[in-house]
Amino acid sequence: MSVRVQAEAFDPGAELNAFSAGVSASGAIVSFSGVVRDVEGGLSVMEIEHYPGMTEKALEQIRAEAMARWDLEAALVIHRHGPLRPGEVIMMVVTAARHRVAAFEAAEFLMDYLKSRAPFWKKEVSGSGKSWVAAKDADEEALARWAGPTDAA
Amino acid sequence: MTLDLLYFAWVRERIGEARERVETEAATVADLVAELAAREPRYALAFSDLTALRVALDQELSEFHAPLSGVREVAFFPPMTGG
Repeated sequence: MSVRVQAEAFDPGAELNAFSAGVSASGAIVSFSGVVRDVEGGLSVMEIEHYPGMTEKALEQIRAEAMARWDLEAALVIHRHGPLRPGEVIMMVVTAARHRVAAFEAAEFLMDYLKSRAPFWKKEVSGSGKSWVAAKDADEEALARWAGPTDAA
Repeated sequence: MTLDLLYFAWVRERIGEARERVETEAATVADLVAELAAREPRYALAFSDLTALRVALDQELSEFHAPLSGVREVAFFPPMTGG
């Protein structure tokens, strides 16, 4: 499965090894893991809500776009939902391409798109209360650099 | 027509439900929003600033001026914060 949306924790190292074992024509494999970081006031839990059905569809579309645009041999996206604690891995993307520029760019593209176009919402629960994480203008602007005739948006 | 409405994040919290089924003749998303906002204050509050909201029709991101013809599922939510 190249797109996984799950509540369960996963081991990024084991995922990367399994992914790497499955590719043969790639000289470059890039992996990125997103981790829940602590915030001022002491984050106790990061609650991640999502839209079952649309989430998988959106991630599949974004992944297919990256595969085609950078001629990737393989790409993996894993994203968790539910309550997560500081230090836990939220998500991971891995890309495999013939050369490193394509693998790096495709991984960044996947990250930029899934931040603003995959239906996830984060809520921070800390000593000072609960609050929904607001989308940043910078995240939306990050999409602009990928704009072009093959834009996934 | 019958529509399934889904609400996420603070939209869900303001309306107080995650989903509901409605009968409507609204032609566009904006018409549907106006209809809902006129119902009860909690809807008016949730839909008070459409620039802070996103809409998906049958699980594809869409726009408030989009027609509802043929649509089964409408979801309202704030800008997404994945990653």
